[in-house]
Amino acid sequence: MARKVRTTVGYDGHFKDLEVDIPEGEPAPWDARSALTLVSQRVPRVDAVLKVTGRAKYTYDVHPPGMLYAKILGSPHPCAKITKLDLSKARALPGVKAVWSEKVGKKLLFQGQEVAAVAAVSLDVAEDALKLVAVEYEKRPFVNDLEKARKPDAPQVFDSGPVPPPRRVPSGAEVTHAGNVRTIVATQPPGVDIGKALAQAEVLVEGTYRTQVQTHSALETHGTVAKWEGDHLTLWSSTQGTFATRDQIAEALHLPKDRVRVLCDFMGGGFGAKLNAGPYSVIAARLARDARAPVKLMLDRKEEHLATGNRPDSAQWLKLGAKRDGTLVGLHLKSYGTPGVGTGAGVSGPARAIYKIPALRTEESDVFTNAGEARPFRAPGHPQGCFALEQAMDELAEKLGMDPLALRKKNLKNPVQVAEVERGAALCQAWRGRGRPGAAKGVVRRGVGVACGVWYHNVNPATQVQIDIHNDGRVEVKNGAQDIGTGTRTFMAQVAAEEMGIPLDLVTVRMGDTSLPIGPGSGGSCTTPSIAPTVRAAAYQARLKMVGVAAKLLKAAPDELEISGGRIHAISDMARSITWKQVAARIPGDKVSVLASRAAEYQVFQEQVGGVQFAEVEVDTETGQVRVRKVTAIQDCGRPLNRLTAESQVNGGVIQGVSYALFENRQLDRTSGRMCNPNLEAYKICGANDCPDIEGVLVDVSNAGNNAGVSGIGEPTTVPTSAAIANAIYNAIGVRMRELPITPDRVLAALHKGGGR
Amino acid sequence: MANQKDDDQKKGGLTRRELFRSLGGGALVGGLVPAGALFRTLAPPPAGVQVLGPGKVTITLRVNGTDKKLEVEPRTTLLTALREDLDLTGSKLVCDRGSCGACTVHLDGQPVCACMLLAVDAQGRAITTIEGLARGEELAPIQQAFVDYDALQCGFCTPGMIMSCAALLLHNASPTLDDVKHAVAGNLCRCGTYPKVFEATLAAAKKGGHARG
Repeated sequence: MARKVRTTVGYDGHFKDLEVDIPEGEPAPWDARSALTLVSQRVPRVDAVLKVTGRAKYTYDVHPPGMLYAKILGSPHPCAKITKLDLSKARALPGVKAVWSEKVGKKLLFQGQEVAAVAAVSLDVAEDALKLVAVEYEKRPFVNDLEKARKPDAPQVFDSGPVPPPRRVPSGAEVTHAGNVRTIVATQPPGVDIGKALAQAEVLVEGTYRTQVQTHSALETHGTVAKWEGDHLTLWSSTQGTFATRDQIAEALHLPKDRVRVLCDFMGGGFGAKLNAGPYSVIAARLARDARAPVKLMLDRKEEHLATGNRPDSAQWLKLGAKRDGTLVGLHLKSYGTPGVGTGAGVSGPARAIYKIPALRTEESDVFTNAGEARPFRAPGHPQGCFALEQAMDELAEKLGMDPLALRKKNLKNPVQVAEVERGAALCQAWRGRGRPGAAKGVVRRGVGVACGVWYHNVNPATQVQIDIHNDGRVEVKNGAQDIGTGTRTFMAQVAAEEMGIPLDLVTVRMGDTSLPIGPGSGGSCTTPSIAPTVRAAAYQARLKMVGVAAKLLKAAPDELEISGGRIHAISDMARSITWKQVAARIPGDKVSVLASRAAEYQVFQEQVGGVQFAEVEVDTETGQVRVRKVTAIQDCGRPLNRLTAESQVNGGVIQGVSYALFENRQLDRTSGRMCNPNLEAYKICGANDCPDIEGVLVDVSNAGNNAGVSGIGEPTTVPTSAAIANAIYNAIGVRMRELPITPDRVLAALHKGGGR
Repeated sequence: MANQKDDDQKKGGLTRRELFRSLGGGALVGGLVPAGALFRTLAPPPAGVQVLGPGKVTITLRVNGTDKKLEVEPRTTLLTALREDLDLTGSKLVCDRGSCGACTVHLDGQPVCACMLLAVDAQGRAITTIEGLARGEELAPIQQAFVDYDALQCGFCTPGMIMSCAALLLHNASPTLDDVKHAVAGNLCRCGTYPKVFEATLAAAKKGGHARG
């Protein structure tokens, strides 16, 4: 029965009571007063031993008997039509068991687009066979440069065929499309005249910022192993979305969903690129059907860079205005970015979400180019948007003669973030001791900078969890979603064990299998807030059933009993007790089984999560090299379920942010249209020696909203890093870096131009 | 636009495996292989040079203390032999060119990239993989430290990362933070787990746990 419960919400000494409506079958939310022994502690991953011994089986490691190896031939051209295609020699090569190809006449829109594929007895033979595929192309004009693609006479990327629809259009927004440019114009509040609003400003800053294309570069490439048994298809897939993959494969192959089973036991990183099935999965399934044998198709590193997604680049102009006292009055943002043949180059997330801005106009353009499609990448749009907005905020503070933190605190939407800014300032000694911009002397100059970022509380309501308690007392917790390395499997065990009052080692988690109850795709940092409350609801219901069994054995009323330390006992008399295993042995039938669904969110205290980061850098004014010495990262995510793994997420977000700020850059050759650095040495990602010291601080927020009080933390920690680093560089050398990545040549050029004051 | 025969596949130069073939595997005789168009005929080898392949050859690898006999093409890398022929799938292929360290194994106690070495050339050396680090269920100290300190996220870089750290501890019982950073400088982690790798390795060293390897 639905009921009202009083719960304590708040953070850091700011607590209040809130009355919330709890749906039927749901326990009262854990709040600031809850004394928990497993949840919110530091718990090593339940699957860590498998990972440190090499026994964890990733898709790449799966090897069903008789398995073949497939390889794709990708288009060498950024734009071309297939005019001839002859697979006969490839097919005739001994060891080749199946071939697949596109049709002659197909127009290919980017380098790496799938042309043909073979399945053979070894990868070497498959590679040999691809060299025997005879393809003739008619090269077509292409465009891969943001500025060139915007011109009216530029080659049209989508001169025929469908244009990918925009992912998100704010309500009331206007969408226009001309040439390669699709623009979404939105105002907040609707219809606001940004010119008039900014005319009220007493101080204005204006600037243009650029960011680069970043590829996800997960270590395990996209890939799948396809195996048919009759008309049932099993796919092991390196995916962030087992159920989305299942649905898309079923649709592509015209199969009922229940004939497709997707498995993903362990997965080697995704970061947003692996939310969908991808053409390679369909190709593998087709090759496996034709070859009558299981087929493994893992993309290679080059294909991974070319064809599996990226964070679009951006050119952003913004104009930000404030009153003399620092109150923001308006922001006008125009941006262009290349999502290749995909969509999603918008950057206005931070502008909408971080600060109270009474008048906002955003004009965001996807500029289509002949390059692999953009895909969601760890906080889509936010690191780009933040890089510009948070530097503009710094410039505004300087112009106002205001402390950059005071300006932010005055305008932040989220009171938790105000507290975080204060906490960070207290922790970061370098901030308190910082000099004026450019005041540092010497060859190597130190600086410190700050930036804020936010993310959303996303939930996928299509989430169910099954809990089985077996006769021997073992508990299985089941959800078909995947653990992409964030620790999902571990918190599921923690939450179930905590709620049932039993030791962790009685709990086994089963996931990564679409034959289990439905779960979310791991995108939008929604995995934890979708699954954790559902696990708890299932565990709560299962516990009630176990207490019911125990009540009969102890001749007590169920509400007189509780469970702790693996014993069910009378609340009034601890001695009147029975062990969990004894009760389990008396379960009627062979198990207690409960299926719970994700309840709707109820009254929430804070709808978004926030963070602030302080970056300390050293800039070598002779070489232009920037070293990030330390990042102090303050972050909230509601209730952290596991402080150990949450810390890892904070580290990971910051390090990816450093990598984005200083190193990563997809380079396309303007003449050939091909990627120049499709590898891991010329496409640079942050290594151990580039890694700053990181002081991560989690601010617990008792948030209600769901029974576990959780939000996600996967994405927000990578949002402010590049902006904080850019602000720190400004503090060190007095010159603004308005373009990512901040490479030594750019630093030297900026120093030269700016006089390096 | 003129029709243009695409010949990239042909003039694209040697692949890495072809390079291995010409360097280590000796000459190939075009007439012996199917689809002769694939292979180029090289000059006959100088006297005293052993010619292997292109067919399979029988080799013996000493892996984790046991001799394993297997048949591989001379172009087969040690990584492929370990993974595909010996089912030791802990070592991962990520970059396929020695720039990420995910395939790190020990060769006579030294960390090497198994993707950069031919299986035929690993004969007569003591090969240790991640699977050979634990004794039964008892983890090596460095493995236990990785568990305790959460020095892993998705776990794909972890075997290579651990092998690099284990090699460090094998040769340096009390490393500094810089030593650890240097030891894993060639191991990329995309999840960003380096700080905890540093912590774990220093903690394992402090416990006096010599990594086996």
